[in-house]
Amino acid sequence: MNGPIIEFARVNKWFGKFHVLQDIDLAVGRGERIVVCGPSGSGKSTLIRCINRLEEHQEGRIVVDGVELTEDLRSVERVRREVGMVFQQFNLFPHLRVLENVALAPICVLKLPRKEAEARATQQLARVRIGDQAKKYPGQLSGGQQQRVAIARALCLQPKIMLFDEPTSALDPEMVKEVLDVMLELATQGMTMVVVTHEMGFARSVADRVLFMDQGRIVEQNPPAEFFANPRNERTRDFLAKVLPR
Amino acid sequence: MPLAAEGATPAPDSPRAPPRCARGPGAWLRANLFANVPSAVATLLLAAALVRVLPAAVRWLVTDAVYSPDYAACRALDYRAACWGFVAQKYRLILFGRYPYADQWRPLAATLLVVVALLVTAHPRSWRRWLWPAWVVILAVFLLLMGGGAFGLSRVEPGLWGGLPLTVLLTLVGMAASIPIGIVLAVGRRSHLPLARAASALYIEMVRGVPLITVLFVASFVFPLLLPMGLRLDVLTRVVLGITFFQAAYMAEVVRGGLQALPRGQYEAAISVGLTWWQAQRKVILPQALTLVIPSFVNSLLSTFMDTSLVTVVSMYDLTGALRLALGDPQWRHFFLEGYLFIAAVYFTSCLAMSRYSAWLEHRLGSWARRPEALRA
Repeated sequence: MNGPIIEFARVNKWFGKFHVLQDIDLAVGRGERIVVCGPSGSGKSTLIRCINRLEEHQEGRIVVDGVELTEDLRSVERVRREVGMVFQQFNLFPHLRVLENVALAPICVLKLPRKEAEARATQQLARVRIGDQAKKYPGQLSGGQQQRVAIARALCLQPKIMLFDEPTSALDPEMVKEVLDVMLELATQGMTMVVVTHEMGFARSVADRVLFMDQGRIVEQNPPAEFFANPRNERTRDFLAKVLPR
Repeated sequence: MPLAAEGATPAPDSPRAPPRCARGPGAWLRANLFANVPSAVATLLLAAALVRVLPAAVRWLVTDAVYSPDYAACRALDYRAACWGFVAQKYRLILFGRYPYADQWRPLAATLLVVVALLVTAHPRSWRRWLWPAWVVILAVFLLLMGGGAFGLSRVEPGLWGGLPLTVLLTLVGMAASIPIGIVLAVGRRSHLPLARAASALYIEMVRGVPLITVLFVASFVFPLLLPMGLRLDVLTRVVLGITFFQAAYMAEVVRGGLQALPRGQYEAAISVGLTWWQAQRKVILPQALTLVIPSFVNSLLSTFMDTSLVTVVSMYDLTGALRLALGDPQWRHFFLEGYLFIAAVYFTSCLAMSRYSAWLEHRLGSWARRPEALRA
């Protein structure tokens, strides 16, 4: 298949009266790396949470890897297997050890035997360079380590798409790099990625396309070189002036 | 200008030892009993009170007391000391109620069986799959020993069961059966399905609005009238059902408290890796929520343990009720204080054991929850 792997067509969503997504049209190609930025409240988190239906859209169509997201639970569960997600607050399961955190989905979803699931989890933990912490509880790890475990957990079902919802915003500054490095590595391996972030350096070096959102709309989208050098929209210019170091 | 005098500055690479803290009994006394004037005064006053009361209490309870079931000796005491003779005379009635006297080894064996099984179950090491069938067998043996009617054991109607085994049975079954129902109700009350939500809320609020004593009356006197013809449940089953469904409403709110305490991100993380709603509840949400509410569970356990004494209103005689039976003997009825002290000791020991166990379990299961916050980003 050569068509887009994620497709939004005139998607609308409201939180009560608040129109959080307005007429979103978006197509993400296979292997494409998208960075979404914008001021807080602009709808960027809601946008990516719609991709694995943590939020339900109210109008329009969302198709992920050929499956349209609807009320039908089975199609939603199918999509969630193909889409890994990394959260701002890590959301690791504190009552499970690191290895069990990562092995849970292979056991529950793929029905793998425990041994096999743990072998697979060990592999993913090594991939994010945290294999030596497998026996610890999440609470014993630093923020950066926890976020890398969360990435391993999201990777454990071998998803086609990875969503990152401000993955470095809750981290101490000296831990941001270790997480970005893991994300960078994923990008070079050809993973389709949609990343909400304020790390403009990451956007510049990794993204194929940068989206700027404001008040529920995608205001501007361009390859990073063009986006940063020559922002067309006034609000984009305002935003960049505030977040970019001079 | 230097901030400190030259001489006071330690060499830069010599690690500073923490300030020495005083140790030993003298220091302990000073810190805990005589820290300041009011605390010293309080210590002295309490010590004086103890000196006055303690010898008298020991004399009344222990040294001057009569231990043999000798009525004349007890009367001769004229209440100046305890007459444990009453307990010695009546302990079998107190512990086993109206159960036929000659067969009282059966409730004793049944109770010991359950207590030993509870002790084994208490350790997380025995939390294996075989535990469920094991408990089915244990309960069956318990009921067989108590009820008889097979293996040469004579039949004993549940209406005659009493004392400690009754208390244990009502508490154990009431608690064990109400927890799963409570979990279902709690999850139902937070469901996104309006019907499940309304039904759970209605049940919980209705049951919590009724006193247990009413539930027992209904279970005992009204419920049989509602059963279809030909279907009969004995009074014990009805009372167990009453206690279970009563307790379930409280359990539901306890569990809901635990569910409420978990951040939404836990559920979102679980479903985002493809877990179904059920799997998320079972593997992620409930294990955390239930660990959080262990203290409240034990609260309910202790209150159920004591509330079972209310079954006397439907002519069943648990530990407290059986004591009242024993006090019905006109010869001994003056010695109620000793009787109540005796069952108070039984209740106190059991409750202390349960609450110490819960503290231990909380510590053990919750080790993940007690990591220093500083480690989290």
